[in-house]
Amino acid sequence: MRQHFVELAYLVSVIGFALSLKWMTAVTTARRSVLAGEIAFAIAIIATLVNPAITGTGWFLIVIALAVGTLIGIPLGLRVPMTAMPERIALSHAFGALAAGLVGIAHYYLTYHSTTKFDTAVLGFEIVLGCLVFTGSLMASGKLHEMLPQRPIVFPGQNYFNFAVLGVALAIIIVLVFSPSTTWLVPILIALGLVFGVLLIIPIGGADMPTVIALLNSYAGLSAAALGFVLDNKLLIVAGALDGASGLILAIIMCRAMNRSFRNVLFGAFGQIEESVAESGGEHGNVRSASPDEAAEIMKMARSVVIVPGYGMAVAQAQHKVRELADALEKEGVDVRYAIHPVAGRMPGHMNVLLAEANVPYDKLLDMDEINPEFPQVDVVLVLGANDVVNPAARHSKGSPIYGMPILNVDQAQTVMVVKRSMRAGFAGIENELFFNPKTLMIFGDAKQVVGELAIEVSGQRDAISH
Amino acid sequence: MSANETITLLFVFVLAGFLGLELIRKVPKLLHTPLMALTNALSAISLVGSLVILGENQTTYSTILGFVAVVASTINVVGGFLITDKMLRMFRRAPARPTPAPSEEAKP
Repeated sequence: MRQHFVELAYLVSVIGFALSLKWMTAVTTARRSVLAGEIAFAIAIIATLVNPAITGTGWFLIVIALAVGTLIGIPLGLRVPMTAMPERIALSHAFGALAAGLVGIAHYYLTYHSTTKFDTAVLGFEIVLGCLVFTGSLMASGKLHEMLPQRPIVFPGQNYFNFAVLGVALAIIIVLVFSPSTTWLVPILIALGLVFGVLLIIPIGGADMPTVIALLNSYAGLSAAALGFVLDNKLLIVAGALDGASGLILAIIMCRAMNRSFRNVLFGAFGQIEESVAESGGEHGNVRSASPDEAAEIMKMARSVVIVPGYGMAVAQAQHKVRELADALEKEGVDVRYAIHPVAGRMPGHMNVLLAEANVPYDKLLDMDEINPEFPQVDVVLVLGANDVVNPAARHSKGSPIYGMPILNVDQAQTVMVVKRSMRAGFAGIENELFFNPKTLMIFGDAKQVVGELAIEVSGQRDAISH
Repeated sequence: MSANETITLLFVFVLAGFLGLELIRKVPKLLHTPLMALTNALSAISLVGSLVILGENQTTYSTILGFVAVVASTINVVGGFLITDKMLRMFRRAPARPTPAPSEEAKP
C-alpha cells in the first residue's frame, strides 16, 4: 500500500519534470519550468520520507544534512556572477556525481551478499561513472576558474593509457559480478574511476570546454539513471534519462558547431587539433588599424551594426560596456544586433546569459543561422574577443585545422572592426585572414576599455566635457 | 530484481530518453545555459536514493556516505533551481516600440 502511494507520487514528479523541460522550450514559459521542477522535487522528497524504515537517528541526520546542503546551496545559487557560470555549472556536476557515486558505493556494501549479477554490473558501472564525473567536473571547473592551467596537457600514448585504465576497471567489474564478496576490489574500482576522470579532462583546452561541460552534464544524468536501475526507482531513471539526453544534445550541437565528429569527442581525443597546427597562410596584406574615435565616427554613420561577442568579452567583463555602446548607437538611430556563434564562450549559451545580465533584450541576440544571410546588408560588424569563429579560412582553406567549421560570415559586411589585444592567433593557433582583409579595421586594446571609449565617443559625451 | 522488472525499467529508460531528446531539441540556443542549470538540479534527484540510505541508518559506513550524498545533492537542488531562476529573470524582451525597420532614407 505504502509502496503504491510512493510510486504514484513519483509518477506525479515525473510529469512535473517532463513539463519543466517542455516549458524550457520558449523564453516566455521558461520561468514556469523552474516552478514545475521545484514542485516535482518537493513531492518526490516527501513521498520518499514517508518510510517506516527511517530510524530516529536517521530523521535527525536527514534534517541536518538537508539544512547544511541548503545553507551551502543558497549562496552558490544567488551569489555567483554570470561570468563565473561555466565553472559553477561544472562544479554542480561534480556534486551531483559525488552524490550518485556515494549512494552506489553504500548500496554495494549493504547488498553485495544478496544481489543479482545484473545489479552488480550496473552498480559497478554506476560507481565508475559517478567517480569519473566527480573528478572530471572538478578538473573542468578548476580549469575554467584558472586555478589549473587551461592549456591541454598531452603525453605520448595518452589514449592507450586511458583505455588501459578503463580496461582494468571493466575487468574488476566482471570479477565483482561473479564474486561480489571480493569487496576489497571496490576501493580500487573507485580509485580507477577518480583517476580516469582526471585523465579525461587534462588533454582538453579552453575552447573545447563547451562540449566537455555538455558531455559531463550527460554523464551526470546517466549515473543518476544507473542508480535508478540499481535501486529499482523509476523516478531516478526518468530524471537521469532526461538529463542524459539534454547533455547529449548540447554536446552534439557543440560538436557540429566546431566541425568535430562526435566519436572524436566521446573518446577524449580532444586537443589534437592544436598539435596539427604548424602551417599558416603565407601571404599577408597590411593590417589597417583605427583609433576608437575613428571607429566611433564610422559606426555613427551606419544603418546597422552587428556585434560579435566571444570569450574575450567574458574575460574582459565587457558586457555592460557593450550595452552602453549599443544604447548610444541606438540613440543615433543605428540598428544594433548581436550575432552569437554556438561555441562562443566556455559553455553552451554563455554569451546569451552574459548579455542578458547586461540587460540586452534577448530578441536582439541572433543565432548563427539567423544572422548569416543578413551580413551583406550589415554596415559595420564589431568583433569583440572572438577569433576562430569569424575566420573565413574555415570556408575555403582545406589545409586549415578549422576547415569546415561553420562560421559567422562577418567578412561579407561592409566594414569589419576587430577589437583585440594584439595580433596573437586564436585558440587553434592559426592566423586569421580576416584581420588582413582590406575591409577590416583593427582596434587594439582591452575589450572593456575600447568599448567604453567607443560608447563615450558615440554618445558625444567627450565633446560635451572638453568644450 | 527479476528479469521482468529490469525489462520494465529499460522501457522506462528508453522512452524517457526519447522524450528528453525530442523536448531538448526544441530548446532555443538562447536558453542553453539555463537548461544546463535546470537539468543539473533535476539530476540531483539521486537525493531520493541518498535520503533512504541515510535514513535507514544501517551501518556507520553507509550512514556517513549517505550523509555526504544528501548534503551534496541538496546543494545541487537548491543552488541549481535558484541559479536557473536568477538567469531566467534576466532575459527580457526589447520594450515594445514601432519596429525600427532599417529605413533607407534617414541615413546617407
